[in-house]
Amino acid sequence: MQERDVILSLRDVSKSYYGVPAIEHITFDIYNGEIFGIVGENGAGKSTLIKTVAGAIPANGGEIRFKGEKLELKNPYEAISKGIGVVYQEFNLFPNLMVYENIFFGVEIKKNGFLDRKQMIEKSREILKELGFDFDVREKVRNLSPAFQQATEIAKCINHQVELIIMDEPSAPLTEKEVDQMFKVVRKLNDDGITIIYISHKLNEIMDLTDRVSVLRDGHYITTFITKETSENELIKNMVGREIADIYPAKELSDQEVILRVEGLNSSKVHDVSFELRKGEVLGFGGLVGAGRTEAMRLLFGADKKDGGRIYLHDEEVSIKSPTDAISHGIGLIPEDRKAHGLILNKSIFLNCLLPSLKRYSNHGFIDFKDSKKEIGEYYEILKIKATGQDQLCLNLSGGNQQKVVLEKWLLKNCDVLILDEPTRGIDVGTKQEIYQLIKDLAKQGKGIIVISSEMPELIGVSHRILVMHEGHITGELQGENITQEAIMTLAS
Amino acid sequence: MKKVNLKNLFQKYAIYFVLVFEIIFFAFASDVFFSLKNALNVLRQISIVGIMAVGMTFVILTGGVDLSVGGVTACVGVICAKLMLAGAHPVIAILASLCFAAVVGLVNAFFSHEFKLNPMIVTLATLQILKGISYIVTGAIPVYGFTEKFKVIGQGHIGPIPIPIIIMIVLYILAYIVLTYTSFGQSIYGIGGNEEAVRLTGINIRKQKYTAYMLCSVITAIAGIVLLSRVNTAQPSAGFGYEMDVITGAVLGGISMSGGEGKITGVFAGVLVMAVLSNGMMMCNVTEYWQWVAKGVVMLAAITYDRIIKGGKV
Repeated sequence: MQERDVILSLRDVSKSYYGVPAIEHITFDIYNGEIFGIVGENGAGKSTLIKTVAGAIPANGGEIRFKGEKLELKNPYEAISKGIGVVYQEFNLFPNLMVYENIFFGVEIKKNGFLDRKQMIEKSREILKELGFDFDVREKVRNLSPAFQQATEIAKCINHQVELIIMDEPSAPLTEKEVDQMFKVVRKLNDDGITIIYISHKLNEIMDLTDRVSVLRDGHYITTFITKETSENELIKNMVGREIADIYPAKELSDQEVILRVEGLNSSKVHDVSFELRKGEVLGFGGLVGAGRTEAMRLLFGADKKDGGRIYLHDEEVSIKSPTDAISHGIGLIPEDRKAHGLILNKSIFLNCLLPSLKRYSNHGFIDFKDSKKEIGEYYEILKIKATGQDQLCLNLSGGNQQKVVLEKWLLKNCDVLILDEPTRGIDVGTKQEIYQLIKDLAKQGKGIIVISSEMPELIGVSHRILVMHEGHITGELQGENITQEAIMTLAS
Repeated sequence: MKKVNLKNLFQKYAIYFVLVFEIIFFAFASDVFFSLKNALNVLRQISIVGIMAVGMTFVILTGGVDLSVGGVTACVGVICAKLMLAGAHPVIAILASLCFAAVVGLVNAFFSHEFKLNPMIVTLATLQILKGISYIVTGAIPVYGFTEKFKVIGQGHIGPIPIPIIIMIVLYILAYIVLTYTSFGQSIYGIGGNEEAVRLTGINIRKQKYTAYMLCSVITAIAGIVLLSRVNTAQPSAGFGYEMDVITGAVLGGISMSGGEGKITGVFAGVLVMAVLSNGMMMCNVTEYWQWVAKGVVMLAAITYDRIIKGGKV
């Protein structure tokens, strides 16, 4: 490989959230005109890295240089004007504006002080046509398919004449056919001289598309390969790397009776999902983000409407049409997004814990404050929630403590089957360990536990058995010695 | 730490400070303002809006709003009056009117919950319908001529205290108990805070929201009947525009329009602040037009304050 210009260089870039490092001392160079891949597990720091480069979050340390010039962005809008465009997973468009308005946002063409809509429409059409797209640029972005939204985002970058485009999991929302089209677009952009940073879980895409690829793990830079000279297996090995730390309690396998049986769960995103859960078992669900795990659990819990499927508890079929039904049958769900779905943030710990158990703590509609305060206080102690008291608003708690409150409200409910969706997302290692111990204890008490996790070491660490999902289907089951990160990865993609 | 406490104090008790300030101000500005007679007068004046605000509180706490209350007041008055004139016993007529109001609440809840429509728009529509019905039923002619007994509700006294005031105070006490001590009350606060999270804890959101809207309409109907009895005439335009006074009172009292925040005691103070303002200005010979301006300014100030204190939560 000949000597090439460096377009973006990172030196010792670090970022931590509330003292928890997300990326540490990241150092590498990206050459002008290449397609550069970044791979890593969930939580490896890919998203944080991009956001830092794009000015969405400030770095705590280190230096970023773009075209040799030190980059100090105060906000994401500055990035695009400097020549760095980012195509995020969740698009950064204004859904209520039209396609061409988005493409020209901030660089509107004006004639005599008024917007020249005609010319903007014309030019937007041209750019999209160049990319191989032909749809109405006067459509509101909200009404577009993800593929067209992505095209709009890319067109916006081109219109701003960026020299570097960062794409974060661009294939995630697309169908297979649309992915092919997107590949063509990426290659075309690259032929036109634009440098691309391509981030993906999907190693086959990385192998196909990129010139070089870097691996991140646990917030650290591991190494960079020339894509032609490496293999998917070598990448996986570097991504996984570490031994599973022994923060996971020893497992005790369950041989007890089946507590929950699910047959043929179906919806638009979940296809024919069937499985069994035993008393005392921790059943893990592995797969990529968007594989349909959360959706399947929401169907089981009655949070979304299912198109088909039967649910048996203790060998008896039950009808679950709403969370109310699920809970009355002893199923609890700790949702993925604790801020949006798990907690009422501007209410007290007490009220949050009280709500699921209202029936138990009320007498003819009146709440027994003495009993409920006492019991909620007991669990509050057991879980070691750090707060000023039960009356503190959840808003002011740290992520880990918020998650403990969500756990507490379900512990109080004393469910037979507890579903935990990404139970340790965004919380510190110490609290994680406590949660793993709790999961084990609950299983030991004879409860059936389902854990969804995108962090593979965690999934492997806590589960007795793992089902892997891909595009809404269960693609395999792993047990005992067969549980390895490589095996999960293979089934997941 | 000290700063936070001060902020909390203001957040909690601001409306009471305002009330005290107002009373002191008008006591000096007018010689007739500060008297027991005028105090009872103010309370009787606010009894209609005060009662309506109790109902409104439930709906706003769920994160909704009910603009149809003015229409309910008029329609209930008209229906109750027509029934009595047709020979129905006042008790039957009152019960029938309350049932009618319950149906209105049901309709409001049905459209806003089942179709996820903005309750402001839904209740704006029902407000129009109710206004229309009031005029259709009466042919735009006031209805009067009820039995003497019916007057007791609006014009009677127990000791020196007018009955409307007693009805109002009883309703505030009941609402306080329901909101503070019952599972319904606590879930209402939860729903306003984060409806989806509450749904996922298995609470029947539909039931709670329907109950809130129906309670709002029925309590408003009580106000409608008190009003009918007090003026002893059913005006098809009675209560029009009250929704604004009611919402102003509730918001002033610290009920957050985004739901889940506020206490019923604050609402009472909020309604009182508006009434004292109006009464005091009247005593000082300020014309009604200027009173409108003042009320509008106070409302703007209140919602701005709500937003600033609670941060940029939409």
